Amino acid sequence: MGILEVKGVNKRFGGLKALSDVNLDIAEGSVHAIIGPNGAGKSTLLNCFVGRLEPDTGTVMFDGRSLLGIQPFEINQIGVSRVFQTPEIFADLNLLENVMIPAFARRDGAFKINGWMSVGDEAEIREEAMTMLDELGMASKADHIAGQLSRGDKRRLELAMCLVQKPKLLLLDEPTAGMARADTNNTIDLLKQIAKRGITMVVIEHDMHVVFSLADRISVLAQGTVIVEDEPGKIKGNPKVQEAYLGGAHL
Amino acid sequence: MLGLNKRDTLLFAIVIAITLLAPIILNPFPVASDLAQFNAGYPDLMQRFVIFGIFAIGFNILFGLTGYLSFGHAAFLGVGSYAGVWMMKLLTMNVVPAIIVSVIFAGLFSLLVGFISLRRSGIYFSILTLAFAQMSFSLAYSVLTPITNGETGLQLSLNDPRILGVSQTADGSIPMTNFFGIAMRDGFELSMGGWLFTFNAGYYLCAAILLIAFYVSIRIFRSPFGVMLKAVKSNQQRMLYTGLNPRPYTLAAFVISGMYAGLAGGLMVAMDPLAGAERMQWTASGEVVLMTILGGTGTLIGPILGSGVIKYFENIFSKINDNILHDWFAFLPDGLEDFVVAIVYPFVGKGWHLTLGIVFMLVVIFLPGGIVEGGQRIAGLFKRKPPEDKNKTAAASAPSAAE
Amino acid sequence: MDAIILQVLNGLDKGSAYALIALGLTLIFGTLGVVNFAHGALFMLGAFCAVTLNELLRFSTETVDPSRTDFLGNPLKVKTPYVENWFGPDIGGAMIEWSVPLAIIFSIPVMIAVGIAMERGLIKFFYKRPHADQILVTFGLAIVLQEIIKYFFGANPIPTPAPDAFIGSFDFGALVGMQAGSIIYPYWRLVYFAFAALIIGGGFLFLQYTTFGMVVRAGMADRETVGLLGINIDKRFTIMFALAACVAGLAGVMYAPINSPNYHMGMDFLVLSFVVVVVGGMGSLPGAVAAGFLLGILESFASMSQVVNLLPGINQIIIYLVAIIILLIRPRGLLGRKGVMEG
Repeated sequence: MGILEVKGVNKRFGGLKALSDVNLDIAEGSVHAIIGPNGAGKSTLLNCFVGRLEPDTGTVMFDGRSLLGIQPFEINQIGVSRVFQTPEIFADLNLLENVMIPAFARRDGAFKINGWMSVGDEAEIREEAMTMLDELGMASKADHIAGQLSRGDKRRLELAMCLVQKPKLLLLDEPTAGMARADTNNTIDLLKQIAKRGITMVVIEHDMHVVFSLADRISVLAQGTVIVEDEPGKIKGNPKVQEAYLGGAHL
Repeated sequence: MLGLNKRDTLLFAIVIAITLLAPIILNPFPVASDLAQFNAGYPDLMQRFVIFGIFAIGFNILFGLTGYLSFGHAAFLGVGSYAGVWMMKLLTMNVVPAIIVSVIFAGLFSLLVGFISLRRSGIYFSILTLAFAQMSFSLAYSVLTPITNGETGLQLSLNDPRILGVSQTADGSIPMTNFFGIAMRDGFELSMGGWLFTFNAGYYLCAAILLIAFYVSIRIFRSPFGVMLKAVKSNQQRMLYTGLNPRPYTLAAFVISGMYAGLAGGLMVAMDPLAGAERMQWTASGEVVLMTILGGTGTLIGPILGSGVIKYFENIFSKINDNILHDWFAFLPDGLEDFVVAIVYPFVGKGWHLTLGIVFMLVVIFLPGGIVEGGQRIAGLFKRKPPEDKNKTAAASAPSAAE
Repeated sequence: MDAIILQVLNGLDKGSAYALIALGLTLIFGTLGVVNFAHGALFMLGAFCAVTLNELLRFSTETVDPSRTDFLGNPLKVKTPYVENWFGPDIGGAMIEWSVPLAIIFSIPVMIAVGIAMERGLIKFFYKRPHADQILVTFGLAIVLQEIIKYFFGANPIPTPAPDAFIGSFDFGALVGMQAGSIIYPYWRLVYFAFAALIIGGGFLFLQYTTFGMVVRAGMADRETVGLLGINIDKRFTIMFALAACVAGLAGVMYAPINSPNYHMGMDFLVLSFVVVVVGGMGSLPGAVAAGFLLGILESFASMSQVVNLLPGINQIIIYLVAIIILLIRPRGLLGRKGVMEG
């Protein structure tokens, strides 16, 4: 029994079948990569985990609870955080505030009017946020406006915002897309450290280097369906995978 | 001090000093001098400065923090006014119950309007609030006449029950509004040299409430709740995926700002027990938008400055007529004098709205942070190298500029 | 039956004005992506074009007519408008009488110039700013424009009559074979409706069958792509804006005899036109026209005494009520596309 169980998920957009009978079982504490050619339905699948899309049929269970039919913020509150393909951050606020907000969300829940407290007095939350920024090497920029960061820094900030919530499950949508090689390697190291803390991760990635350095298990998605699921070592030689990437791309 | 950081404490102290000394500060010219007409230190106007300041502070909690542009806030002020007058008709001329009831009614009404309007965002939200305000205005004008007294406006009368007070005073007139016995129009005048200062009880009541309202707004701005409201403006998508529900946060901001509007409406009737429907018209809502933006959206002090400037223009600047202009430019040769007066005239006196419109446009175009940003830029010029930290707070507190 | 026809007819003239203003608003929004709060002011400027021309034509010389005397026995001073001197009393008099229709010709270049100046001088700097900023700056501009008009024309409404031929009413009921006198309808309102229909029809034909119109429609469907095609979007934006200003201005010119122009008429119409645009669907041209007429007619139905007796005050709020309900149950409006400014 994994922490995230996906059973028989189908999703149609008009005439297009985006996902057909997807089944996944993601073990707690593992790093699970989902790969596949463009248009295979990877992002659609991820969207079904966080309440952005509702599958037509099937179930998505997280830690014994269904993730379907509840709002995105409720999904986050039970321990699922997501990093987006294009970083979603609070561009007008400074880095510290960016990281404190998720920390507040974890402590205070989805809604709380604490209009009388001062942010300045929230030493514990501030400490937590600073530590997190420090871990990601951005403590010195804590008072910078987030919108002015470089793209790579924005990604790291978004990661910090997710990690400060201490999620049970972290969903990453192409965490290294558009990064230079050195940055990519840094990110891989970072994600490895995170994995060591026992946070379950689901990674969508194009970069095979990233996938094979990180993943414990890999699912290959093609045309909306999981064609192979296996350990990284066994994926490489699998003819079905080659078919999907080379021959299948033009089908 | 008071749970504020150093900077905010300083700001608050300055505001306290200015509001308490306003009767003196606003009367810089001796009574006999030509410039005495620019004195703004008379009770009626000072009360308006403060009341509209409260209105704008509240509006800024919604617009400045969450970015939701309401064009219907005058409706809450109007509801507050009507509720206040009814308290004085039914219960007592003491202003305290009237003000409390104003706030409550405006709060309830804004809860209703906000709950519906906040189902949409952006321009749709603006239009929804506009539609609600215009609807309230039309209804107050027509069907609700039994409650609002329609066109005439709701007034006190000698036959009002006033359960805890008297329907009429011994000499047969309507009793005056008071604060536990201190009549709002009471006060004393202080004559010093050529100067005359008026210290009015009504003004000081308004000022005290302004200070409380301002203090509360500082607390909100600096609280985690305030940060959440800024997050609403910045990225609702991220909020949702961060486990936060933006809608109740926005609704809370909406209701708080509606209550501020109601408070302003209540104070208006506490000073002058009369409520008319025109207070609810959308142009009245537009005025508070002007004030907030002119002063500096999302800044603490901006709304107060903005409302002060606009009310000063409306009441003092508008009195400049062509005779005064001719006096001013008398030093010029005759032909030139007429020319200059002809150029300046359309912008002053009755044309003050034109100046206001132009200034407002210039602010939106060049100075999105309003007067506050202007001040910071000037301060920056003198400091040679503007400290980075200052730029940062300016951008953080006036994010509308950054978008 | 006749009561219903009467209400429909009554709704047409207001509906025409709503539709014309809303058409320009939605055109500007759909192509330029700008929320123009100064559009009502353009309508008002149009109405004042009619006023201006009327006053210009009435400029008179004063001559003493020795053959006639006033009641004190002095020779009578006669005012003769210049146009009557120049063109003779017949043509000159006719020109004055027909000043409102003539103002159409006069207002087109004026409104186009105003439109171009506005777009080049102000609006184009706001294409990339948030909608709230656009609303605010055009709101400021509206104040400025109406104050300028107030400075020159004063605060009171200025009666601007229609040509004599169109003053008065006619018996619509008798015309369509119903009881005589059952539906009395003023001529000018019919003219206004016909005029509006003409402009709206012309506008649609223009957008449907010209290359320019094609680009505009493409731009409304997908702004980025059209920009990428290397089409000179800037110039077309300016022309679009000028055209929209022109339509609003013409609506104002012809509205002058129905409601004497005053400086704040723009603000009054603006709010309603926005409601119309939202009800029709932001960025939808047919939606704006349909919603304009629909709301105009609805408004006049709501003011029928039977309705008002049933639901007091409904005539005052019907438009807003409809707008609120539409926005809540169908945020994209009646004919709007999905996704325009939703969020």
